[in-house]
Amino acid sequence: MRVLKWTALPVVLIAIWWFATAGSEEFYVPPLQTIIESAPDVWTLDRLRADVLPSLLRLLAGFTLALIIGIALGVLIGGRPRVRATVEPVLEFLRAIPPPVLVPVIMLFAGIGDGMKVLVIVSGCVWPILLNAVEGVRAVDGVLTETARSYGLTGPARLWRLTLPAAGPQIVAGARQALSVAIILMVISEMFAASSGIGFTIVEFQRSFAIPEMWTGIIVLGLLGVLLSGLFRLAETAILGWYHGLRRAQKG
Amino acid sequence: MLNVEGLRKTYTGDGRAVEAIRDLTFTVPDGDLTCLVGPSGCGKTTLLKCIAGLLTPSGGTVTLDGTPVTGPPPGMAVVFQEYGRSLFPWMRVAANVELPLRQKRLPRERRRELVHESLAAVGLADAHAAYPWQLSGGMQQRVAIARAIAYEPRVLLMDEPFAAVDAQTRADLEDLIRGLWQRLGVTVLFVTHDIDEAVYLGRRVLILSSSPTVILEDLPIDLPAERDQLHTRATPRFTELRTHVYQQIQAAKNTVHADR
Amino acid sequence: MRGRLALGLAGLAGFLLILEVIPRLGLVSSRYLPPATEIVGALGRELAETAFWTALRDTLNGWVLGLLIAAVAGIALGLLIGAVPLLRELTASTIEFLRPIPSVALIPLVVVLLGTGLESKLVLVVYAAFWQILVQVLYGVRDVDPVADETARAYGLDRSARIVHVLWPTALPFVMTGLRLAAAVALILCVTGELVIGAPGLGTRIAIAQTSGAVADMYALIVVTGLLGVAINVGARAVERRALRWHQSVRSEAAV
Ligand SMILES: Nc1ncnc2c1ncn2[C@@H]1O[C@H](COP(=O)(O)OP(=O)(O)O)[C@@H](O)[C@H]1O
Ligand SMILES: [Mg+2]
Repeated sequence: MRVLKWTALPVVLIAIWWFATAGSEEFYVPPLQTIIESAPDVWTLDRLRADVLPSLLRLLAGFTLALIIGIALGVLIGGRPRVRATVEPVLEFLRAIPPPVLVPVIMLFAGIGDGMKVLVIVSGCVWPILLNAVEGVRAVDGVLTETARSYGLTGPARLWRLTLPAAGPQIVAGARQALSVAIILMVISEMFAASSGIGFTIVEFQRSFAIPEMWTGIIVLGLLGVLLSGLFRLAETAILGWYHGLRRAQKG
Repeated sequence: MLNVEGLRKTYTGDGRAVEAIRDLTFTVPDGDLTCLVGPSGCGKTTLLKCIAGLLTPSGGTVTLDGTPVTGPPPGMAVVFQEYGRSLFPWMRVAANVELPLRQKRLPRERRRELVHESLAAVGLADAHAAYPWQLSGGMQQRVAIARAIAYEPRVLLMDEPFAAVDAQTRADLEDLIRGLWQRLGVTVLFVTHDIDEAVYLGRRVLILSSSPTVILEDLPIDLPAERDQLHTRATPRFTELRTHVYQQIQAAKNTVHADR
Repeated sequence: MRGRLALGLAGLAGFLLILEVIPRLGLVSSRYLPPATEIVGALGRELAETAFWTALRDTLNGWVLGLLIAAVAGIALGLLIGAVPLLRELTASTIEFLRPIPSVALIPLVVVLLGTGLESKLVLVVYAAFWQILVQVLYGVRDVDPVADETARAYGLDRSARIVHVLWPTALPFVMTGLRLAAAVALILCVTGELVIGAPGLGTRIAIAQTSGAVADMYALIVVTGLLGVAINVGARAVERRALRWHQSVRSEAAV
């Protein structure tokens, strides 16, 4: 029954798509059948290795760097009220800049290579992580802080066993926002200036009017988004299992 | 020996000053169980935090075995009133108890031993693998107590630890504390606003006035060392003592009102 | 409070100073990063141009329209799906699947289907903002107190009355959160659409400034988008706070 409810609507939607476009004469909306048939030719192993893998690696590198920088700075800033008050307006401003406009700026500095794309992703992703980390570190429960102090929990132990876990839920929330920004930036930076990558490939198909291929590209990108968010959720369950349990317990 | 000498604490901030403690002097000899009783808001938590080295006093000194307390001294454990918030929710019960022991760099074997013993002592031998938030309030407070005794402190500070648990659990926990104190020989400073609890638990009760706080009386409790909830509380001496404490606190309240 | 404000202003001043000094000292070529004073000068020039104001209006247009459409659709669908348990179960998988699809994936599609005008931009904005709102509304609906709902049922309120009196008030704080998140995302996608597709707006102006080597102007325009973002965030938070205060009772129970 659950499986049925879980699959019913997607099946219906795909069926509608299939039949509504079957025999479509519309150049830009080819039949779903055509799209699916063209997929194996387009997304060969070579192409996955040449275009999808580099994109993913850049995404991973940028996101990881942003996590490290964001959390490190967040811990430094969050625990110091005066520093926080000083830098917060600047951070709020930097966070509010729509990340894609940083692409042209970073192209100035870093050209159009891999470094530029990773840098673009870092520069867009770091803000939600950083600001959430600051907020999470600031809001560590006072009783926990005093417990830690009275048992002599200091230095790295304090960081690993008190500050980071306590700020964890906030940091993860920031990281989730950052991940969707990262995907946007991965695609945009490749659309702007690249000779490989999934964003580049899709735009190439569009420009050369390879429409069914373009559709497959969009579907692959969509699947990538779904896959990444699924992986993120797995990681979140592993890291924040305690938090979800706590929330459920509090709700009663 | 714990020595509190002319202790004062005035909170400043937001442009106003709150005088929480005016002038407190007392000593707690090694191995004593002293109860501090006073009305809510009289500065009991403030006093405890000054002793624990978590707050800097505005004046006076706290010394532990002759060493002035300027930060959290080693060998002192604190059990807070807010049991729900003093346990690390991301650690299981055993890890919560073990954490301070890691900090003391005890070898793994010794840590395991202490965790087992202390959790068994508070009747939670089965709860090792639970998360704190999976336990009831009384059980959470027992975990906090287990963590404190596993630390093998010389001084145990407790700040209204039972204020928020139900009456039955509270009675059990009171007996638990007396039992542990007699067995382990630690110095206990127990803060409460509950007069009955102070008289039942303490070998001695310090009665605090309402804020700004001074000590009204240092009252030895001459009840027998073996106490139990049913009989001790029914003895005439118990009734006398609690009536006395009650009157002291009432009188103090009235004079404070008269002052104003 | 005053102290915080002073520190914040000092921070901003320091930030500007750093931006001024780095290129002046030659740490970074001023062809890449012009000194702050030059950026401010360029900003002044921009403000004097009608084309700038047209671009700003185009961007805001796209943002407002997109957010509006997303909000209406998200709230209506959210309440509908939320109010009917069967519908909720049937749509769960589809929502889980469609939501993480990055809306930039749609860029080539909207370009070939809709061209490079406002519609293309709107599709991106609506797609991105819609999920933020829908998901929050669904959270909110799930938060409905069963006792309140049963009470309403016991007093004979029909489904539409229950939506108005039970579902909506409970969901409102969540709706506000969804709107706040959506407002920020909408701006991002708006500017992205302009930058990449070339739909008229600030993004296009940034792209033009970049290709014509007007670096200071480019920075000035980026500053404008940032200020726009700040204004949107601050405004959305203020609106949200009002809505929450309005619904104190709901929140204090939901919180802890
Ligand atoms: N951080 C603080 N800032 C200002 N005033 C405080 C602070 N903490 C406590 N107080 C005030 O000090 C007095 C004593 O508080 P507290 O020590 O918590 O009392 P108790 O624990 O006996 O209930 C109260 O009037 C309280 O309002
Ligand atoms: Mg207190």
